Amino acid sequence: MAGLHNSEFSNPVINWIDTRLPIFTMMQKEYGSFPTPKNFNYFWNFGALATVNLLLMIATGVFLAMNYTPNTSMAFESVQRIMRDVNYGWLLRYLHSNGASMFFIVVYIHIFRGMYYGSYKKPRELLWILGVVILLLMMATAFMGYVLPWGQMSYWGATVITNLFSAIPLVGDSIVTLLWGGFSVDNPTLNRFFSLHYLMPFVLIAVVFLHVAALHITGSNNPLGIDVKTPQDTLPFHPYYTAKDSVGMCVWAMVLAALVFFAPNFLGDPANFIPANPLQTPAEIVPEWYFLPFYAILRSVPDKLGGVSMMFGSIIVLFILPWLDTSPVRSARFRPIYRVLMWVLVIDLLALGAVGAHRPEGIWVVIGRASTAWYFLHFLVLLPLLGKFEKTLPLPDSISQPVLKGGIGGGPLAGAAAAQSMEKN
Amino acid sequence: MRPVALALFAGLLAGPALVPAAFAQDAADLPKQNWSFAGPFGTYDRASAQRGFQVYKEVCSACHSMKLVHYRDLSGIGFDAKQIAAIAATVEVSGGVNDDGEPFNRPGLPSDMFKSPFANDNAARAANNGALPPDQSVLLNAREGGADYIYDLLTGYADPPAGMTMGDGMNYNKYFPGHQIAMGQPLHDDQVVYSDGTKATIEQEARDVTTFLAFVANPEMEERKRLGAKAIIFLALLTGVTYAVKRRVWADVDH
Repeated sequence: MAGLHNSEFSNPVINWIDTRLPIFTMMQKEYGSFPTPKNFNYFWNFGALATVNLLLMIATGVFLAMNYTPNTSMAFESVQRIMRDVNYGWLLRYLHSNGASMFFIVVYIHIFRGMYYGSYKKPRELLWILGVVILLLMMATAFMGYVLPWGQMSYWGATVITNLFSAIPLVGDSIVTLLWGGFSVDNPTLNRFFSLHYLMPFVLIAVVFLHVAALHITGSNNPLGIDVKTPQDTLPFHPYYTAKDSVGMCVWAMVLAALVFFAPNFLGDPANFIPANPLQTPAEIVPEWYFLPFYAILRSVPDKLGGVSMMFGSIIVLFILPWLDTSPVRSARFRPIYRVLMWVLVIDLLALGAVGAHRPEGIWVVIGRASTAWYFLHFLVLLPLLGKFEKTLPLPDSISQPVLKGGIGGGPLAGAAAAQSMEKN
Repeated sequence: MRPVALALFAGLLAGPALVPAAFAQDAADLPKQNWSFAGPFGTYDRASAQRGFQVYKEVCSACHSMKLVHYRDLSGIGFDAKQIAAIAATVEVSGGVNDDGEPFNRPGLPSDMFKSPFANDNAARAANNGALPPDQSVLLNAREGGADYIYDLLTGYADPPAGMTMGDGMNYNKYFPGHQIAMGQPLHDDQVVYSDGTKATIEQEARDVTTFLAFVANPEMEERKRLGAKAIIFLALLTGVTYAVKRRVWADVDH
């Protein structure tokens, strides 16, 4: 297998490197000429957006870490020092805190797209599972990051969430002690959370790499959910999708800028501007908005272990989604009932989010329980049955068929592509 | 069709960002004020903020610390270097130890933090009937309702409604959660004498000190909004150009 690569690059320096380490050939293959379905809509921007968002978080986070002090007596003030005395420290911090919210918005839409168009189905099951691993890592990272400013919500959020593990029979309390590094949330907890918060994004990068590698083996799904049949169905990734992703990135940057510059604390909780005080519990302990639906599930079950199991179960169920959905048709476009169910699930999650933001009393308890039940009903009962009973619409023959609408010619490659496909068939 | 898709895309990105607002806890209905620093182009009213500093210095700072703020930060509301040096010099701070190893005090410098009224939290509690006056550096950000809440609280003292039993040493306030607040009514008409001739009504004092508290909590706000306007204009142009490039690239593809 060993041997020099026969590089096709004409630039002598690039050729020299590429012969010995063909990274340029690889990039050309995976991001230059990579054949990509031609019918993506803008939902297919969000994978690229998530990658860029992760890089933004790491870039701003590295500089924040240079000025942050992970010690319970100094953490709160060191964050305020970043805001007041570090050059553009406020910009770094607001980009980082609002960047986290944007990251979840982008990833939640990315997941919605995967579900709506059936991207998790064979042969992309492992790609999907890696995606769920990314979601879990992201959640852990975001949770630990929120603890670092050491405000009231940092402290009490950390107390509530770490205490969840005490619900585990037998070993629960030992796990909590291990997480805390002591017998309450204190300096050792802050230290290890800081360390792990710095470590996790690099683990994320590794899993994202696997996610993308798996994607480049199976190829992308598309809004029709049918396989690529001929080269006519595809376009080279560059310049078509680099251009299209760039449009999305500009819009993403604009939304982020609007938050950072004009409403930087809009998504945050005022209580986190109060330094952590172990002797005073805030009136409400509420997680960041992106955890609210899961928090609602946790509180909807009147039993600690039950609630914790349901909360983690709501993510675990995503791991087996490729096998819960028994329908052979991928895209919701051709699944009239599934399409409705997907939007109902979106409403269900929004309802859970609203429940998570309110005290569990009165009508909110009822809505919370009903929405929790529906969430699991959707995945565990409706999806497996739907594959058997749903009457799906006829699928188009190929991606280019509905695209061309009976016309002739495709992209600039259509002529050559058509000739190629004739040879193959 | 394409612009529609683009609008949808923007909506999708912006939509979830708006959701938490609808989800926010039901806050008490606070009367709203017009603030000089509200809105995307708002700035701190310098005269009001300087009067607010006077209110802080003469009233609030008797009990409330402002530990995260330096005297030099006052340049942000229009005090010049001379004025700041004079303000800082009115306090005496610890200068560490001298060459003989003896602790000594010196007059404050612009680089010093605002001097706290009490040596520690216990001393603050002991002097205030057991209640700890919160530090005011980021107080405005730390309260649901922000500037409106602070203003309403300062002007919201009243006699308790008939039948309400008040705790020992507690005061009735219309806007404080639970309506019983340890802090006695801090502002009264003519509590301070403004050097610029502004009439010092309770409302005026409350408005001025709230503006000052907004400044100390968010000293970067004016620079942030200025930079933000540039960033949004730049990104809007970039979005337009990028979208045009995208259409050009895709012009010869049937899709």
